[in-house]
Amino acid sequence: MELTSHNLKSNAKDALGNEQLQRALGNVPKGFIDKRAKAAAALDEFEALRDKGREIKDHTLANLDLYLEAYEQKVIENGGHVHWAKTAEDARRIALEICQKHDAKTVTKGKSMITEEVELNEHLLNHGIEPVETDLGEYIIQLRDEKPSHIIAPAIHLNQGQIEEDFRREHTHLDEDRDMSEPETLLAEAREVLRKRYFEADIGFTGANFLVAETGSSVIVTNEGNGDLTQTLGKVHVVMASIEKVVPTLADCSQILRILARSATGQDMSVYTTFSTGPKREKDPDGPKEYHVILLDNGRSDMLGTEFEEMLRCIRCGACINHCPVYHSIGGHAYGSIYPGPMGSVLTPSLAGVDKAGTLPNASTFCGRCESVCPMRIPLPKMMRHWREKEFEQHLQPKAARYGLALWAYLAKRPKLYRALVSFAMPALSVLGGTKKRISSLPLASGWTKHRELPAPEGRTFMQAWDQREALKQEAN
Amino acid sequence: MSENTNPKVGLFVTCLVDLFRPNVGFSAVELLEAAGCDVHVPRAQTCCGQPAYNSGDKADTKEIAKQVLDAFEDYDYVVAPSGSCAAMIKKHYPEVFEDDPALLSRMKALSDKTFELISFLTDVMFITQTPGEFSGSVTYHDSCSGLRELGVKEQPRKLLKSTGVEVREMKDSEVCCGFGGTFCVKYSDISNAMVSKKTQSIDDTGADMLVAGDMGCLMNMAGKLKRQGSKTEVRHVAEVLAGKLDTKPISGS
Repeated sequence: MELTSHNLKSNAKDALGNEQLQRALGNVPKGFIDKRAKAAAALDEFEALRDKGREIKDHTLANLDLYLEAYEQKVIENGGHVHWAKTAEDARRIALEICQKHDAKTVTKGKSMITEEVELNEHLLNHGIEPVETDLGEYIIQLRDEKPSHIIAPAIHLNQGQIEEDFRREHTHLDEDRDMSEPETLLAEAREVLRKRYFEADIGFTGANFLVAETGSSVIVTNEGNGDLTQTLGKVHVVMASIEKVVPTLADCSQILRILARSATGQDMSVYTTFSTGPKREKDPDGPKEYHVILLDNGRSDMLGTEFEEMLRCIRCGACINHCPVYHSIGGHAYGSIYPGPMGSVLTPSLAGVDKAGTLPNASTFCGRCESVCPMRIPLPKMMRHWREKEFEQHLQPKAARYGLALWAYLAKRPKLYRALVSFAMPALSVLGGTKKRISSLPLASGWTKHRELPAPEGRTFMQAWDQREALKQEAN
Repeated sequence: MSENTNPKVGLFVTCLVDLFRPNVGFSAVELLEAAGCDVHVPRAQTCCGQPAYNSGDKADTKEIAKQVLDAFEDYDYVVAPSGSCAAMIKKHYPEVFEDDPALLSRMKALSDKTFELISFLTDVMFITQTPGEFSGSVTYHDSCSGLRELGVKEQPRKLLKSTGVEVREMKDSEVCCGFGGTFCVKYSDISNAMVSKKTQSIDDTGADMLVAGDMGCLMNMAGKLKRQGSKTEVRHVAEVLAGKLDTKPISGS
């Protein structure tokens, strides 16, 4: 996973100055927040389902080895193959081996964040195999050679006009004068172009929203139906999923499905919820001849038993991202990680190391809106704070910040010294504010005054004034 | 509770009120005294420790929390004119001492009696009227910690309305203003984008005054409003409720 998170500040600056991006980001709150709120309000048991979802995942994580083995056994019983991938490299290698075994030239892909995480497309291309993204958003960003900017809406950073340009540039076989003014026409055009690719493809790759231990099924939720075509039309269906996707039973899966789409897009259910259980059986009219599951760890098992374990409850609905005011400001690419927003700020340091991704958990005001909408009740701000603790322990924060904090803490722990100092400093600072009662620039405070006035202190501190009031009271008595 | 029916309240002034806006502290005292509280201001207070806590510095957080505990645990209630500092004591101190059973029980006891000022007035003291009178219009920003960690939402609006104030709701009053403690200087460009959206929402209401319950957010929003040349006055909600409006608004007029 290539990371540019260390450039977050400059990435953010670019993003804030990018008019196209800012226009596209304007649609994020409108598109998601009200819909989720309505869907949640319309279901009496929504909050209870969140509790239930958390319970299911916590139980599964506490017994993850057992459920994974049970799942593996069921997949094998159904005639499928299970491959264990400790690292991203392992996952890529296994995927390539399957492709090469079947002499695959092109593969179709349903939307999958795990294949993004392990950079499968790049790996296949390097070995002469063409991956074709079939989810509309993923297809668009593939044409643009970009990464997704959102885990469920990968092309949300784009405006319709940009997509129209991309299609006109790439789909040269179509009439140049065609009308592409409606979003539906773009969808229809992509569908038309992709239809042919499904039949050409040798292998279909999908991710999984759930892996059901009870039945050995992989489950995907989509709105375009592209996942179904991807996984049924190829000769081989390869599921690439991370280990925490397993749930014990179909009933558990159904419970969580009830909060997944509601939290994500405000739908009661996504348009397609597809269970696939092994390869085509003798009497099945269609389906893949082979069924493979690549189970990716890539650092997740190391999160078990740590303060980050709860992150493994995440069902990738994107609600935290949709509600994040930082994301609304800078979009997904600025995070420099395939997982943006609050969930990414917790997960990415787990996968890549806090030394490489430490900026992410710092780029939060801890406003808590993410946690308030997370269907799995993941305490995201708390875990971002845990990452900051790791950074602090390893002296990874910038020197100026560390020394500033140390000086402040030294004083905060010595009330008398603190009091003496601020009793002198605040009246002085107040004078700087003059009659306007504000300061437009101040050495060492440019981070503040670059964008806003610094309100001047009233004058004496509260404690000074309070002491005087108390003294006067004493005298009066 | 002490035998005297007047509860003994330890006022946690908060560092920003102490340093920048004593008028908020005196407004809090006035509101608490009007509600029948016996208000004390322990000397040994500086800050609740959030800067250390949110920077990952657990050791200093613990020392500062112990300092607050020692200074405040003998009062019937601890009240702070800030949702963020009150939530630090109420929600986060017990978390910090999770592995220290002896201190944990004391921290939990402290947590149980710690409140944000406005919700303390309404939910504990059952106050429905406050001394202040203000005939203009205000718009209220819901500061994140107070809102999400302490459930402060309707309480300030109810009390504001009881003073005769017209409360004009802004768009997205529950969205963060971009302050976030050190966030606003560490990520000043992102913070600026966030506060700019906020000041737009504030201006759109046409209200005479912006009020909120946390000095950090207020200083951020006031600083941006004034940089933009806005005439909107900015005050802490306690100042309006106590009617202590003689002091110039935050960041001036």
